[in-house]
Amino acid sequence: MINQQKKILMISSSGGHWVQMNRLMPAMENYEVHMACTEKSYREVAKGQHFYHVLDASQTSKLRLIVQALMVLMVLIRVKPDVVLTTGAAPGFFALLFAKKMGAKTIWLDSIANVHELSLAGKKARKYADVFLTQWPHLASDSGPEYCGTVI
Amino acid sequence: MIFLTTGTQLPFDRLVEALDRWAEVNKECPVFGQIGPGSYKPRHFTFTQWLSPSEYAEHFSKARIVVSHVGMGTIISGLEAGKPLVLMPRLASLGEHRNDHQLGSAEKFSHHASIDIVQDHAALCEKLSIRRQQLESSGVESVSLETSPQLIEKIQQFIEGS
Repeated sequence: MINQQKKILMISSSGGHWVQMNRLMPAMENYEVHMACTEKSYREVAKGQHFYHVLDASQTSKLRLIVQALMVLMVLIRVKPDVVLTTGAAPGFFALLFAKKMGAKTIWLDSIANVHELSLAGKKARKYADVFLTQWPHLASDSGPEYCGTVI
Repeated sequence: MIFLTTGTQLPFDRLVEALDRWAEVNKECPVFGQIGPGSYKPRHFTFTQWLSPSEYAEHFSKARIVVSHVGMGTIISGLEAGKPLVLMPRLASLGEHRNDHQLGSAEKFSHHASIDIVQDHAALCEKLSIRRQQLESSGVESVSLETSPQLIEKIQQFIEGS
């Protein structure tokens, strides 16, 4: 390859967000993938990828959110990704916010758990997402989000 | 064996207590629970707050029935492994989650033959009893889940163009 391999940062909360994000790995075969999550122990399952831990946080604790945001920022500075992809929630929002300011491209795939409306974090992340996707056709609209299938 | 998992982020005492009451009268059936940061401590089954991914995978694969919240991690793993899932949605009104998205997930995934949605202790007991009887005669077929090729292509094209 003449071009250097592109660097992708995949970042999410633990549990279902992480499981869904991992189902996008077939799209990543040609890239240098870095993964970040709120669950430290996922290092053991982030097969052969660079892995970073960020603090778990939600809207119920502003202090934890601030610490999480700073940890996400550190990961971005360290990795310098070309593209950031997330399935949510809060760490994905912060990653897209900072990634846009650093000139990276961004993808938000809203969790399939959000059936009736987009996730809270997704609604907030919308303006920082170059590609903004839902996994439910009935939530898609011309002004976004877009529906391009599901992870299952 | 029944494996209870509530996820690690939020407590779900209502489900843990409902299964504990079930275990009290079904002593012959071993139950193991991963209960997260809840305050209710089960008296009728062994439990832990947290499991590593490999421990989780081991308990999941050994289980004959998985009892959980309506979380996508459990649903995806359960469908792929062909495990009967008995799931209780977390309710925002009871402080069990930040919103009621688990009711939406419950509505969309309840049509799977291997998934039961329960709202309370009585329904949990009923569904567990039916599932246990079914398992004596036949298992549950696993479902092959595939990420949409269209979604993979969309992401790859975007990365290539960036």
